[in-house]
Amino acid sequence: MSQVAEAPTRSGVESYEGLRLRSLTKQFAAFTAVKSLDLDVPTGSFFALLGPSGCGKTTTLRMVAGLETPTSGTITLSGKDITWEKPYRRPVNTVFQNYALFPHLDIYENVAFGLRRRKSKEVDKAVREMLDLVELDTQARKKPAQLSGGQQQRVALARALINSPEVLLLDEPLGALDLKLRRAMQIEIKRIQTEVGLTFVHVTHDQEEAMTMADTIAVMNAGVIEQMGAPAELYDNPQTTFVANFLGQSNLIEGTVRGREGDVVKVDMQGTIASIPTERAHVSGTDGELGWVGIRPEKVLIAEVGESLDAPGSSIPGGVVSDVSFVGVSTQYLVRMPWGQEIQVFEQNTGRRRLFRQGESVDISWRPEYSFLLDHNQDATAGVDKEDAAS
Amino acid sequence: MTAAVVAETTGASPHPEPQEHSPKRKLTGYWLLLPGGLWLIVFFVLPLYSLVATSLYDPDGSVLQGYDMTWAFSNYWHALQDYWSPLVRSLVYGAVATFICLVLGYLLAYAIAFKSGRWKNLMLVLVIAPFFTSFLVRTLSWKLLLRDDGFIVNTLQFLHIVGADGRLLATPVAVIAGLVYNFLPFMVLPLFASIDKIDHRLIEASSDLYSRPAVGFFKVTWPLSLPGVVSGTLLTFIPAVGDYINAQLLGSPKQRMIGNVIQDLFTKANDYPAAGALSVILMLLILVMVLFYVRRAGTEDLL
Ligand SMILES: Nc1ncnc2c1ncn2[C@@H]1O[C@H](COP(=O)(O)OP(=O)(O)OP(=O)(O)O)[C@@H](O)[C@H]1O
Ligand SMILES: [Mg+2]
Repeated sequence: MSQVAEAPTRSGVESYEGLRLRSLTKQFAAFTAVKSLDLDVPTGSFFALLGPSGCGKTTTLRMVAGLETPTSGTITLSGKDITWEKPYRRPVNTVFQNYALFPHLDIYENVAFGLRRRKSKEVDKAVREMLDLVELDTQARKKPAQLSGGQQQRVALARALINSPEVLLLDEPLGALDLKLRRAMQIEIKRIQTEVGLTFVHVTHDQEEAMTMADTIAVMNAGVIEQMGAPAELYDNPQTTFVANFLGQSNLIEGTVRGREGDVVKVDMQGTIASIPTERAHVSGTDGELGWVGIRPEKVLIAEVGESLDAPGSSIPGGVVSDVSFVGVSTQYLVRMPWGQEIQVFEQNTGRRRLFRQGESVDISWRPEYSFLLDHNQDATAGVDKEDAAS
Repeated sequence: MTAAVVAETTGASPHPEPQEHSPKRKLTGYWLLLPGGLWLIVFFVLPLYSLVATSLYDPDGSVLQGYDMTWAFSNYWHALQDYWSPLVRSLVYGAVATFICLVLGYLLAYAIAFKSGRWKNLMLVLVIAPFFTSFLVRTLSWKLLLRDDGFIVNTLQFLHIVGADGRLLATPVAVIAGLVYNFLPFMVLPLFASIDKIDHRLIEASSDLYSRPAVGFFKVTWPLSLPGVVSGTLLTFIPAVGDYINAQLLGSPKQRMIGNVIQDLFTKANDYPAAGALSVILMLLILVMVLFYVRRAGTEDLL
């Protein structure tokens, strides 16, 4: 499942300026929490590890921090093998999921903790600067229990950041905050990362958070990395059904491959032929192979029967609107197709045309360059947000 | 002493009491105080009053003829003059036993809290198990263990740790060992309660922040366990200083502790005023030491 271009070298130790995980595996008794993970995190990047609860994100971070020993595999940082290095010797610091602030120390001493252990000279100056950065300079002498959740979160960030680690690990630091504070902290953390220029590895199960903050996202599922890349790249060209569903939403329509033509793969999709660019077709492409044609709801165009659509190729007829929800900026339709599947369509409310009503017949279409083709062996509902599906 | 601790913690409380109380709710608190308050008056304040009064009786009286209240403060002076050495000995034995209990108890409590896994409850029961037999019987069995031709003494003689005619009984070692044995559970239980509450992730956080295990222990685990250390040492030290069973059964007149002296004065010499004065002296001494100790330990600062 590795998406890393270079093959892992024999020793796993080569000069790479950044954090590199090779075949990293962690087993708890009979249960494998992390399966042969390969990952490259370039220096100075904001890297997000995104995945559902229990997929092994925390375990991966803990291995990087040295709090968990890998069953096998290697971890290198700037070319140095740190797989077996003690946690207190690693140039890595963690912002813990629950903050883990020292309750018996005040904010100042919490932030100063790492510097004091390393016998740093300029403790006071550094702590003052750091408290300024996270806007907590007036709270220095309070105990953690006397701060609000958001303030505690910033203390946890300051306490780790002040050590200028080569890699800062953030384990869902925003999970406990309400939506508004979370958005504010996302911007704050991103600002600080840009300012200090350190490598951040941010763990989250919130896909929106990952997309707004990170330069690179690795989508993790059941102990393996499904896909890795820039947010837009992952969103536009997912390679697995899990990524297609977990990162935003997708319509996945069953189809049969009908051969290649130039740089497109032709797929017979319930009687309509769809052309999918080769670089977006993640199947072997042999004739007669089944696959999932994927298209994002906002890329689907909807029109009155017979109306011409701004899409080359034929439109798919026979749809009936089965549900309409108007959400102000856009309208979300569910369109039941002749083969029984419901297709999601998001349309911007430009005011160009009236809304469709439930029960109306419509045609749908999309630009072929937006669609993608996925392996039929994968579960079409993998990674679907359960709450979304229910509502 | 308890009152002092409570006063300190509430004094430092960051949460001010809500100002508005309905009169009814205000009264409820006092009603709840009533049973315990009465109990304390009958069984603590009155006996204490009687003890202090006794300590000031005319020393020339006797149990048979009755005592006159003569405000004889000289009783205190005489008691100190006559019995300062068992008094000092008691404090030293108590302190040494408490220190040994602290070291042993901390290791034990730490192991039970952090390392015992699913054996945790069993281990705790084992710590309390000695309480199932009487204090006296247990101390007597120590007398057997430490007896002159017993296994332990023979082994020590064989190893030349004690001389050929050396013994353990009737030495300070035996008395202190008995004190440690008898009061160890009083140290372990409060320590365990404190250590068990410590969030493991804090220790991980300290090691993430460049603390080697020993440093992490002294910067995080130890300060967070201080409430247990303070209550454990108090629960051990106070009864250990006043104990007379261990000195009586395992020691000789040379190891007499203040408890033995008071017991003899009451039961053999029938010198109630001197016994009363010694008891009050011991009480005040411990009270002052505890207040000083609690203040120094700064327990009000913890959490
Ligand atoms: N110490 C452990 N012993 C046994 N199993 C464990 C242990 N730690 C984690 N696991 C298991 O490993 C899997 C991955 O756990 P992990 O904490 O890495 O998940 P996660 O991706 O961080 O999830 P979340 O988003 O809920 O925090 C889980 O199924 C968990 O039950
Ligand atoms: Mg986690």
